[in-house]
Amino acid sequence: MKETQTIEQQQKTSNTTERISGSEAIIKCLLAEGVDILYGYPGGAIMPVYDELFKYRDKIHHVLTRHEQGATHAAQGYARISGKVGVAIATSGPGATNLITGIADAQIDSTPMVCITGQVASHLLGSDAFQETDIVGISTPVTKWNHQITKASEIPTVLAKAFYIAKSGRPGPVLIDITKDAQFEEFDFSYEKCKGVRSYNPIPETDIDDVKAAAQLINSAKKPMIVWGQGVILSEAENELIAVIEKAGIPAAWTILGASAVPTAHPLNIGMVGMHGNYAPNMLTNECDVLIAIGMRFDDRVTGNLATYAKQAKIIHFEIDPAEVDKNVKSDVAVLGDAKESLKKLLPILNTNSHPEWHQKFKDLYAIEYEKVIKNDIHPTKEGLTMGEVLKEINIQTKGNAAIVSDVGQHQMIACRYAEFTTTKSNITSGGLGTMGFALPAAIGAKMSAPDRDVVAIIGDGGYQMTIQELGTIFQQKVPVKIVVLNNEFLGMVRQWQQLFFDKRYASTEMTNPDFVAIAKGYYIDAQKVTKRSELKKAVEEMMACEGPYFLEVRVEKEDNVFPMIPSGASVSDIRLE
Amino acid sequence: MEDEIKTFTVSIYTENNIGLLNRISAIFQRRHINIESLNTSASEIEGVSRFTIVIKLSEERIKKIIGQLEKQVEVIKAYYHKEEDTIYQESCLFKIKSDLLFDERQIQNIIKDSNARIVTVNKEFFVLEKSGRSNEIELLYRELKVFGIMQFTRSGRIAVTKDEMKISKMLEAFNH
Repeated sequence: MKETQTIEQQQKTSNTTERISGSEAIIKCLLAEGVDILYGYPGGAIMPVYDELFKYRDKIHHVLTRHEQGATHAAQGYARISGKVGVAIATSGPGATNLITGIADAQIDSTPMVCITGQVASHLLGSDAFQETDIVGISTPVTKWNHQITKASEIPTVLAKAFYIAKSGRPGPVLIDITKDAQFEEFDFSYEKCKGVRSYNPIPETDIDDVKAAAQLINSAKKPMIVWGQGVILSEAENELIAVIEKAGIPAAWTILGASAVPTAHPLNIGMVGMHGNYAPNMLTNECDVLIAIGMRFDDRVTGNLATYAKQAKIIHFEIDPAEVDKNVKSDVAVLGDAKESLKKLLPILNTNSHPEWHQKFKDLYAIEYEKVIKNDIHPTKEGLTMGEVLKEINIQTKGNAAIVSDVGQHQMIACRYAEFTTTKSNITSGGLGTMGFALPAAIGAKMSAPDRDVVAIIGDGGYQMTIQELGTIFQQKVPVKIVVLNNEFLGMVRQWQQLFFDKRYASTEMTNPDFVAIAKGYYIDAQKVTKRSELKKAVEEMMACEGPYFLEVRVEKEDNVFPMIPSGASVSDIRLE
Repeated sequence: MEDEIKTFTVSIYTENNIGLLNRISAIFQRRHINIESLNTSASEIEGVSRFTIVIKLSEERIKKIIGQLEKQVEVIKAYYHKEEDTIYQESCLFKIKSDLLFDERQIQNIIKDSNARIVTVNKEFFVLEKSGRSNEIELLYRELKVFGIMQFTRSGRIAVTKDEMKISKMLEAFNH
């Protein structure tokens, strides 16, 4: 008996510990964390890891992007559509610094991402060695956590911690910098997932008294309104949110990153808040008596002038990050914790309610917005094509089942306003940072993460040219994304501001564009250009029917503006319809 | 009241990791807040560092800063204290020519009156140490400056609070 135990123990030890190189350990850590795909770009200081990636190529798929920024955005797209941690990998120096925009984007939009960078050998640190840069120093303000590894033995615990921190609580990007000597060094490897970090409390405990206080305010409200954000999606609280709004009869609006958590067609889904959001929820923010914010952070693009934001209302804030409570808007009741758990506790103590008169106000204001804005956007009578009608056509043909990946600018606002969603995690866009160039690589990551879904990238002619080289990745990896460039030959949003606030001085916003169709075809991607309304339906049909990737350029009206609009610094109720 | 600018002492308990100073100072830098003084050292808990930072800010803003500090993964706990809630001191060293100690009798009186301490004396110079509040150190500096100071250095504020901070209990809870 004793002998058998010893043999078993020996087997256990030999299974869990093995002598391998740091670089192989990195791959094994990634596999242990369930990573099956990573996006990156090789270079000197990360070559030992790439050598292992070659050996493990049947287990882990490395996607060579055409720029490290593309790797981060692809990892973001992967994470946003799946809820899993996206992984990007790059070499030291310029490889590492090229990750920064994507990391900053993931930080402000709470996207779980782990970035691994190679670093010069530890004895060269600080010597201005070739391709040496202080990436830990550079990335500190834009990472949830970062760390430099100089010894192979640190790799398992640090990478386990990296994945844990990236995904838990309010997610975010983590950067791990690994010196080249640590990648070569051999050590006894064993892996254990991270279960906690003593200095870090990812999910504050929900206080039931706060939930009760919230329920009391909601139950006594005559004109309650919900604004939800991405927190609902990140905690997978979509069903709980729907249950709450249906039971208590509360009209619910979303921030740009909250889009798709509740189907567009849901009768209590009253649209988007914020600068280019819908008329009714913006106007009625300043009329509701209880404003219930769920997993959102009162961004300035949502609130407009804080001094006049929902001053008449009691504010309830459901939030996972204590630093967000009272940061921008002072709450009357703050419910800390995970949105899903908090809403589960809230639901049974809510009264059933319907508020029909209050709902009617939203309908009345929607009718005004429809007449003044929406009708002309999606059923235009003028000659030039509108961005809105392109979205409308995509909605019809995808039946609202596509994931929409948008870039930044006018087309983004139109995409978020008019895209119809039936499925959560379907609106992938750069919200907080406003990163032009996000959409094309993010669409790659999204499509590779969810191959069964239609992924349509909606991009402007400006942002498209910031990461256009990722067409190479699409071609090489055969990623069947649908790319729609809404070309108005302008940096449209900046032009709109120049028109409205700078007396039409169009400084450096007009673009002389190349032949986009020829460029796509240069990458062997099927492509066409639409310039007339009569061609649109058929072109979208062809795009959606195409098995491979497809590029569609739509020439839209050059100087259309996005309305409604809350001018910067104005009150939400000063929203302009024209 | 909340928007009145006051002096606050911030105590931050952290893991003792490379780069954390950078992460903490970045929180102030990003918000264009000047750090009046900063001290970092071991704390009463083994393996846990303590930052003591002095800043001038409104209470409304300092509360938000504490939130941002605590949000950092390697920060265990952060607190802010009003002046009346802490016992605080600074420390300084003066290096002065030894001749002056004998030639200028007044120096001896200054040392005695200020409760400063002579740390070492040799033929060339002597070193004077003084702990106290900022204004005491500033006074001593002004008094000695007229005689000539070879070197002067001064620490950041260090402070303990009058009330308990309950940090040890928090860490104990994690270990169980």
